Amino acid sequence: MFKAAKEGPAKVITANDLRDGLVVFLDQNGGWTHDIGLARVLEDGPDLESGNAYAKAQHDARIVVEPYPIDVEVVGGVPVPVRFREKIRADHGPTIPYGEDERRKLAAGT
Amino acid sequence: MYRYDEFDRAFVTERVAQFRGQVERRLSGEISEDQFKPLRLQNGVYLQLHAYMLRIAIPYGTLNPAQLRMLAFIARKYDRGYGHFTTRQNLQFHWPALKDIPDILGHLASVEMHAIQTSGNCIRNVTADHFAGAAADEVVDPRPYAEILRQWSSLHPEFIFLPRKFKIAVTGSERDRAAIQVHDIGLHAKRDADGNLGFAYYVGGGLGRTPMIGHLINDFVPVEDLLSYTEAVLRVYNLFGRRDNKYKARIKILVHETGAAEIKRQVEEEWARIRHGALALPDEEIRRIEAYFALPGLSPRPARSIVLERARAADAALATWIGQNTRPHKVSGHALVTVSLKPIGGTPGDATAEQMELLADLAERYSHGEARVSHEQNIILPHVALDDLPAAYEALAAQNLATANAGLVTDIIACPGLDYCALANARSIPIAQRIAERFADQARQQEVGDLKIKISGCINACGHHHVGHIGILGVEKKGEEFYQITLGGSADEHATVGEIVGPGFSYDDVVDAVEKVVDTYLKVRESRAEDFLAAYRRLGAAPFKEALYGAA
Repeated sequence: MFKAAKEGPAKVITANDLRDGLVVFLDQNGGWTHDIGLARVLEDGPDLESGNAYAKAQHDARIVVEPYPIDVEVVGGVPVPVRFREKIRADHGPTIPYGEDERRKLAAGT
Repeated sequence: MYRYDEFDRAFVTERVAQFRGQVERRLSGEISEDQFKPLRLQNGVYLQLHAYMLRIAIPYGTLNPAQLRMLAFIARKYDRGYGHFTTRQNLQFHWPALKDIPDILGHLASVEMHAIQTSGNCIRNVTADHFAGAAADEVVDPRPYAEILRQWSSLHPEFIFLPRKFKIAVTGSERDRAAIQVHDIGLHAKRDADGNLGFAYYVGGGLGRTPMIGHLINDFVPVEDLLSYTEAVLRVYNLFGRRDNKYKARIKILVHETGAAEIKRQVEEEWARIRHGALALPDEEIRRIEAYFALPGLSPRPARSIVLERARAADAALATWIGQNTRPHKVSGHALVTVSLKPIGGTPGDATAEQMELLADLAERYSHGEARVSHEQNIILPHVALDDLPAAYEALAAQNLATANAGLVTDIIACPGLDYCALANARSIPIAQRIAERFADQARQQEVGDLKIKISGCINACGHHHVGHIGILGVEKKGEEFYQITLGGSADEHATVGEIVGPGFSYDDVVDAVEKVVDTYLKVRESRAEDFLAAYRRLGAAPFKEALYGAA
């Protein structure tokens, strides 16, 4: 049903999980994954349209919140977001350590 | 401190139950996201880049130890072990799960806290001078009047759907530490020649994409008219503020387009109608609220503390911290302590659960059970005896809370930026961290002196960049982060919007640019007594432009 990812520009669909709010990506099996490496890679056109329609239905079915497609570059079979904002989301958190990790970093540096 | 009365308790408890039902219905599918979103926003729940965010109101920034401990408990149990203190004197948790938020709100209600009116187009949490009730230079303690405004504005049915959000700040000192002139309404509490209490009203200030300084529309509104005059301002805004364009909907645009004189006329016409009605504040009610904020029983002590003098002589780091992070208290032998949430290389405004618990302990032990959040994202212990300063310092230092940088170049305001925020275009936190690391040397920071750097990751200006002595605005340009520098801004009693100095800088280059600005200041200042802002006001942008971009 799903084509293997080609190298180069493509799309994946992202959203936030309704219950815990965390970043998720539409996966190959119609589920949602936290790992963009497991995301379903879509091409513009009917492929993306069907993905968007499915994601909208998942929004309506209260699985995820406000899904939207993002631009990615497939490198070695793995989709990498084009926009920096989406790179940060795909990395599951800020670009800097926080909380106790930050305290450990600061303690180690002094 | 103010305690909830039966009305506060009832409406907060009811609201928690109501929101619990709304979350249940959202999760079970009875209501859609479109229906749920305005409801969650009315309870301080946002959906950000990585997760939900819960913004908790801290009225005029005042916290007691039980509240701090509850915030620490919530951070551990429901979040990732920390919280973020904001420029609105609030606290944000960045990782709560939606399903847990009703429980979190229930815990908050048990310590008289909530998240009501921390979002949406309503009157937001009222902010005040973080040194209120303690600063030696204070004329009037602004907190009782901030509390009266809180009670009046909480769930005020007429002002739940304003054209846009509405922020009120109150100060009671000539030296404005509450940035009142960049609020929708800024109140300066003062006394007239006969000792009567009243308020100067600044209306139509604000930051965001159209920064404006508020207009003084009445220099002295008597205290009994505080609510009627404020309600008159809100009514004029509610009626005439623009609802057709979100970006032109704040009262600053209305004041700008209508003119301050005409706004004053409209406000005072409405005020004349309602002034002697139900909103006239009875004297006994004012006295009742004031009594909650009476100075705790601080006994005057000798102005010099032998304990402190000995400790200072023995410990240079302590001496530096005392010089930088304490301020004179109205009661002899005491000090106001600024606990810096700006460790070099850390996230401005963040505190871990453990740090919050320490602050609770220290507030209890040394500050008569009070702590404050400042809009500069630090914590204040307002009533510490000089004799207790060495012990407080030692405890703070053990938790990396004793950075001696209050008011210095590394005491940077930064919004969460693109690391957390769905609206941001660029990161703020790592810029603040890199600038702080560049200026980490204590002697160099002190040589530079008072310098406020403020960083926003988008035009909405949560990091107050327009009023930074050096302001930094992150933008996205061709997919890259880019940073515009403004100079000469100020949020004090001589509030000024900074001027863009020239073309922006890349993520890599912006720290060098800031250093050039600071080095230029050191070269051109007349003496150490002339701080950055004074030098900028004397010389203008020219020497800084030349340093950054070469001769024109």
